Amino acid sequence: MTPEAERKLPALTPETEAFWTGGSEGKLLIQRCTQCGRYQHPPLPLCPACRTETMAPAPVSGKGRVKTFTVNHQRWLAGLDPTFVFAAVELPEQAELYVFSNILAPPEAVRSGMPVKVCFEHREDVWLPLFQPDDADAG
Amino acid sequence: MPADSYPERQVRITGIGQSKVGRPSDRSALQLTLDACLEAVADAGLSVDEIDGLTNHFGKVAEGGGISPVGTIETMLALGIRPVWTNPSTAEGPGHMGAIFQAIMAVATGLCRHVLVFRTVGQATSRLASRESTLLTGSRARVDGGNAFFVPFHAHSPANMWALYAQAYFDRYGVGPEQLGWVAVNGRRMAAHNANAIYREPITIDDYLASRMISTPLRLLDCDSHIDGSTALVISHRDAAKDLRNPPIAIEAMGMSVGGLAEGLHEGDFTAIAATRAGEMLWKRTDLKPGDVDCAQIYDGFSIHVWLWLEAVGLCAPGEAARFIEGGTRTALDGELPLNTSGGQLSAGRFHGYGHTHEGCLQLWGRGGGRQVKDARTCIVANGGYGYGAMLLRRD
Ligand SMILES: [Zn+2]
Repeated sequence: MTPEAERKLPALTPETEAFWTGGSEGKLLIQRCTQCGRYQHPPLPLCPACRTETMAPAPVSGKGRVKTFTVNHQRWLAGLDPTFVFAAVELPEQAELYVFSNILAPPEAVRSGMPVKVCFEHREDVWLPLFQPDDADAG
Repeated sequence: MPADSYPERQVRITGIGQSKVGRPSDRSALQLTLDACLEAVADAGLSVDEIDGLTNHFGKVAEGGGISPVGTIETMLALGIRPVWTNPSTAEGPGHMGAIFQAIMAVATGLCRHVLVFRTVGQATSRLASRESTLLTGSRARVDGGNAFFVPFHAHSPANMWALYAQAYFDRYGVGPEQLGWVAVNGRRMAAHNANAIYREPITIDDYLASRMISTPLRLLDCDSHIDGSTALVISHRDAAKDLRNPPIAIEAMGMSVGGLAEGLHEGDFTAIAATRAGEMLWKRTDLKPGDVDCAQIYDGFSIHVWLWLEAVGLCAPGEAARFIEGGTRTALDGELPLNTSGGQLSAGRFHGYGHTHEGCLQLWGRGGGRQVKDARTCIVANGGYGYGAMLLRRD
């Protein structure tokens, strides 16, 4: 189910580095305002609510639900296993806080609303946050 | 500000032109641009020397898979003009229509009298050289910007992104491919009457359902097709439009907005797009109402855009666009809202928004031939999947 082609890795910036490397300690780090508590993803240098430089990476539970998803069929690149699930995962920490990722499950098993939990795939200096079914939260 | 002093009320659309569509074309992207430009100027009844403004969406982009292979300067040189004003729009603006909005403002502020606006795509030729050239993947070793949040998860195409919206819409409103497919079927029915459309053979909903899956729930027939081609139009000051060849087309109102998609920020629940703000702006600038619209040319890079845009500009209530188009009766030429009468991008080819404006003008001028909407006097045009622009066109 995991596509075989090499993943094209993200460039790391001062704002995005925590998100991409938190997995080295098993943590999903999402930017959060230390002043008002608002989460922001993708990361930005200012809190869009406070307009202050008060954003800092904060660990979240790593749990989430599939908000919406797609099962890809088209082979975009040579060597890419075309069958994979790409999804917007909504984190429980804040409404409409989405992380885009792959769902590591048989495509036919994926549903909107499905509980998932984060896991990480380590490539070079990047720990990609991926998600798998969270059977503990299946109810 | 009184409505009659709005910039869009100071201008008229006076001419349109479009090159032959190619997949690929045997003419260069610049030649196609000049074909469209010369046709638009002649259509307006102007001489090329009277063009004193020139712009395009969105400037010359050397890479990018033919997304914008022709610039303003080479076009200016080839046309043998020296306009006082040039200012291509950018991909960060309110979608493809950004160049039209800038032209409106340049004319309204008195910088120039007749602006030639063009949009050229060379994606069919680009894809011959590299099938990957039109993907989000990029040529750098690492992905940056908003794509960094998608491409590492193998979402190499905008199809993956818009599939998320289609699935969310299906889930929320209890509809499915049997409804979405009618966007493609409707467009193809119209394209049969458009000699410059790339796909003209009629399709049925069963043909749609049998077409291969690209990224669920989007099928091949939900996706527009890369072409080589160019479209141009002339925006003239209203005083300079009076005695030209065509009855001037007024821009009753315009609306624009930009969302966060290009930077990876999706707002809402994936069943609406930031174009809603463009729709609200448009209707605040006119006394006309959605019920006054005679036909609609709505962006269809992917079929799902049509649902989202129809709701964004208030032509359908949230969740109702799917049922509105289903069956094709209400969007037919003799229906209550004839839709994408050129075939749209799904059937006519990816002229990237400008085909829609071209078609809106053509309808208001009564030149639709077999696809003419009877007595069309108003047309709404909507463009964009990342930035958004809409215009309500009215025959003066
Ligand atoms: Zn804050």
